[in-house]
Amino acid sequence: MTSVAESPAAPRLSTWSRFRGWLGNPWGRPRFLAAFTWLYVVWSIVPVLIAVQFSFNATRSRTHWEGFSTRWYWGDPVDSVWHDPTLRNAMAQSLKLAVADVVIATPIGVLLAIGLARWHGRGSGSSNFLMLFPLVTPEIVMGVSLLLLFTEVFTFIGTGTTAQILGHVTFSISFVVVIVRGRLFSIGRQYEEAAADLGASPTSALTRVLLPLLMPAIVASAAVVFAISIDDFVISQWLSKGGETDTVPVKIYSATRAAPLPSTNAIATIMMVLTLASVTLGFLVWRAFTRGERRAGPSAAKDRGALEI
Amino acid sequence: MYRRWLWPGFALPGVVWLIVLFLVPFYTVLAVALGTVDPILFQAVPIWNPLEWNVGWLNEVIHRLGPGGNLTDVALRTLQYVAVAVGLSLLIGYPVAYYIARLAGRTKALLLILVIAPLWINYLMRMLAWVNLLAPDGYVNRVLTSTHILSEPRDWLGGRPSTVILALVYGYIPFLILPLFAALDRIDRSHLEAARDLGASRFRAFLHVTLPLSKFGILGGAVLIALPMFGDYYTPNIVSEAPTTSMIGNQIDFYFHGGPQPTIGAAITVVLSAFLTLIMGYYLWTIHKATREERTP
Repeated sequence: MTSVAESPAAPRLSTWSRFRGWLGNPWGRPRFLAAFTWLYVVWSIVPVLIAVQFSFNATRSRTHWEGFSTRWYWGDPVDSVWHDPTLRNAMAQSLKLAVADVVIATPIGVLLAIGLARWHGRGSGSSNFLMLFPLVTPEIVMGVSLLLLFTEVFTFIGTGTTAQILGHVTFSISFVVVIVRGRLFSIGRQYEEAAADLGASPTSALTRVLLPLLMPAIVASAAVVFAISIDDFVISQWLSKGGETDTVPVKIYSATRAAPLPSTNAIATIMMVLTLASVTLGFLVWRAFTRGERRAGPSAAKDRGALEI
Repeated sequence: MYRRWLWPGFALPGVVWLIVLFLVPFYTVLAVALGTVDPILFQAVPIWNPLEWNVGWLNEVIHRLGPGGNLTDVALRTLQYVAVAVGLSLLIGYPVAYYIARLAGRTKALLLILVIAPLWINYLMRMLAWVNLLAPDGYVNRVLTSTHILSEPRDWLGGRPSTVILALVYGYIPFLILPLFAALDRIDRSHLEAARDLGASRFRAFLHVTLPLSKFGILGGAVLIALPMFGDYYTPNIVSEAPTTSMIGNQIDFYFHGGPQPTIGAAITVVLSAFLTLIMGYYLWTIHKATREERTP
């Protein structure tokens, strides 16, 4: 049934005759499923778009649209994102954590991925297992355990920015490993072996052959780490000591439970744009780097699988 | 020597990091949960030596979670909310994943992007969006009253279980659709063609071929969203805040942030982790069993 729509040789049906066909039999396959899927997409995305719309509202209301303005971004001298010191602080804190997370978690994760892919001795199995655990541990369990770590064991660190960075890196490492390892599997070992046959030492084969090939995965994982760090709420909240260590999601949480202003929507919108931009950038860099390879072989499917986690 | 230590050396920083900041913290939770409480300052006193562990607090928490305890309702409610939310997510997510994997044709890539996009939108932003919509004078109430479905605005955010469950579904469903899509997309179409050639109707082919072949996608996706739902405390807090909809995560949050009693909070965390490990273990065991059966036909 769908083959008509898919094959390029079939004559294109006009919108009108398609509409008539639908009127005649609205429950025919796959129309119901198509409508259901598009309805789902609308349901999952439109509420967010409405929230974005109200970040541009001219009044304090988040439920009645009263005209476009940018007052909640910078116009309002007291409550706008730009002028409210608590919101500005939260944004600085979120960015600080995200940048530190990228800088620390990416190299550790890349090394761990290479190590786990190449090392087959004793301990490699349990290390692999250990790496997967943070991916399935509910955040509240991680939040509780890190909070107790910093209040009962590493009391000299305590809660605050340092603890938050250490926590963010802990849940980010595994994401880097998963992405980089997908790429490692798809490039295989033949390039390294060729370099070794031509006389390269393991380290120079690594820096001059493997690292350039891993570049797209490294950039993509850095982008993903930036995004998940900015989006993280639970770890940031549990390890925050309040005040200026509250990140944007923590502020959104407390503001939503109190009486939110459209400036909450505005700061949430800014963060959303940052996350989506970072992920899109990572994806585009990945595609640009791997352009020549995709036509070449079956590895393309594995590559994409790695990005989707 | 150099070659032997090269690769473990690469893994070392990451492994050490995860031991110090993932395993040691978890051991700390155990030490606090199985520790004692200072009788004067009411502070938690962790016990590090497993031989001296004090099971008193853990026992108390288990009794309170069990039948007749004061946390029984919370535990049952959590199970009920998660079960309903996972079931609803499957009912909504399966047709969506099925359509995108099988029938979307030219719109497949676009739909996939639109389905993945919410994963990259902050969870709290998505909850904030619904708080705006469900406010007493929000769009939902205005549409429902102007179409006379409701005679007066309803207080959606005043502690309704249905609001909490729908918020959980809304929050976690993209995490379910993705593995479901991957499982459905992987199914070899020749199986289906064989079933159809042998005279099965579309429906029977779906029932006897597609559904069984996607069962690990269903199970995997369900486990993937059930685990974080069991530990969720922010969703009920944002869309209801009434104690009548509080979940087990809210109790953990309360014992740490409300009136600090970290020992009880840690003990609940231990019980929750044990329960979630069971679910995870069951999932891994079914997969292990299936792959073994495949190898030895």
